[in-house]
Amino acid sequence: MAAISREEVAHLARLSRLAVTEQELDVFAGQLDVILQSVARIGDVAATDIPPTSHSVPLTNVFRDDVVVPGLSQEGALSGAPDAEDGRFRVPRILDEEA
Amino acid sequence: MTTTVLPPYDDVVARYEPVIGLETHVELGTKTKMFCGCPTEFGAEPNTQVCPVCLGLPGALPVPNRAAIEATIRIGLALNCSIAEWCRFARKNYFYPDMPKNFQTSQYDEPLCVDGYLDVEVDGEMVRVEIERVHLEEDTGKTLHVGGATGRIHGATESLVDYNRAGIPLVEIVTKPIPGTGAKAPLVARAYVTELRDVIRSLNVSDVRMEQGSMRCDVNTSLTPAGQTEWGTRTETKNVNSLRSVERAVRAEMIRQASLLDVGTRIFQETRHFQEDTGDTRAGRSKEEATDYRYFPEPDLVPMAPDAAWVAELKAALPEAPRLHRKRLQEQWDLTDQDMQSVVNAGAVELIEATIAAGATAAGARKWWLGELARRANEEGIELSTVGATPAQVAELQQLVDEGKLNDKLARAVLEGVVAGEGSPREIMTARGLEVVSDTGALTAAVDDAIAANPDVAAKIRDGKVAAAGALVGAVMKTTRGQADAKTVRELILSRLGVEG
Ligand SMILES: [Zn+2]
Repeated sequence: MAAISREEVAHLARLSRLAVTEQELDVFAGQLDVILQSVARIGDVAATDIPPTSHSVPLTNVFRDDVVVPGLSQEGALSGAPDAEDGRFRVPRILDEEA
Repeated sequence: MTTTVLPPYDDVVARYEPVIGLETHVELGTKTKMFCGCPTEFGAEPNTQVCPVCLGLPGALPVPNRAAIEATIRIGLALNCSIAEWCRFARKNYFYPDMPKNFQTSQYDEPLCVDGYLDVEVDGEMVRVEIERVHLEEDTGKTLHVGGATGRIHGATESLVDYNRAGIPLVEIVTKPIPGTGAKAPLVARAYVTELRDVIRSLNVSDVRMEQGSMRCDVNTSLTPAGQTEWGTRTETKNVNSLRSVERAVRAEMIRQASLLDVGTRIFQETRHFQEDTGDTRAGRSKEEATDYRYFPEPDLVPMAPDAAWVAELKAALPEAPRLHRKRLQEQWDLTDQDMQSVVNAGAVELIEATIAAGATAAGARKWWLGELARRANEEGIELSTVGATPAQVAELQQLVDEGKLNDKLARAVLEGVVAGEGSPREIMTARGLEVVSDTGALTAAVDDAIAANPDVAAKIRDGKVAAAGALVGAVMKTTRGQADAKTVRELILSRLGVEG
């Protein structure tokens, strides 16, 4: 059985706002299935004595002090934006009604 | 839109049992953001407090703010929570431009603090509100919507985004469902948010101002028909921006849900928005697949493992709980429950406390804050703490009264000047010449003038009609423009006329 269905790929594409064609769905579903099946094989060798881990380095508590560090100017912040207005990023409106 | 007749509240609580729940967001008052060193001051020009980290630029790496973690642990401890020995941040993925990263760094199944409670008092009765979790996340940017209405091509609506607020540490406090409060549910909700605000304020980690958005509240409400055990479907009401609105929102939602359940309509689990003007709730946006946030552990942040000794140290240093603190003050100030309640309702607890610390008596401090100043704050619709007088000034004013330099009327005039920003009470008294006339020479002259000008009255007094002295007191007060002590004037009149008081 495939690790990911065509419908799941379509769903993820929709959540990510990616325009994926019907043909691409077939291609990506197949490719993602290979990746997921390969990764799943790690589960075969992971015995109960190996705890699941989300980070590859055994570090905890990496914090910084509450000290201001200069950031970007407004001009710098907006320099990479496709569009701007009144010092703000201009983007397409996403929802009809705003919270 | 709807023709449903809303049932009276008493009917609703007779036939249904409400279950409420509250999610509160508190913006922390740290100097910098959660994961970068950008400043957090309010009111800066748009996009001037941003950097590659909070703009989510490629390659930028977040590092958590220790002060924000400490503040969150302190909030958890103050709410009687257990602090996680190990936990992680998570990515909450969603597609909306208020976060430039396309995800919000939050916490999912491993919150920093869990399983606490907060006791609140409602009508003299204690209600224990169980706390499910306290977790740390980051605030979003502010979006401003333009287009359409401004005459652009139809449908070409756009949003303008300012990311100054994006990344400011935000603490989310979630209660467990609160059943069994019946008709008091709206009051319990309000009392909880009030108490929570006081607790957080006592920790000095946020200014917790609902009207300015540094404290925001979502209210969950459901109704269960009386006699049934399975809880009804709940709705979540947002846009609840004041303590009063918390109460109104729960009540309005209870009535609305009852009106639907009465005719067999089912309640949809949905987000609703409280309408400040009408006091009811309206259906909000329905975000398709909104709950599919695809949380996963944040790979760019290593886990947090708060050191037990550090947590113990923070716990030992917690201030007294506001509820206990108030109890102690009430005893010290020798107030009845009702009097203390007026002090609390006026938001005067800390102000009176500080005024006493500045040298005033409890009675003196309470008199000014609950009297003249509370009246002004009420009239202007502002908080008492922003009325324009400081505890030190009020203490000084009371001291001048106690020294006999000001009488009540003059003190009120001086306070007027204080609120208007004219200076300290002593300065205003001198500048405006408001001091009580205590120079007996000047006063005696004024008394003699009054006697000379009113020979008939003087004769009556000499004949023993002491009550007639009132007319002469009035005359003297007039010539001294109210700046004399009436009792002293009376004594002086009687002694000048050779009559025993
Ligand atoms: Zn930043």
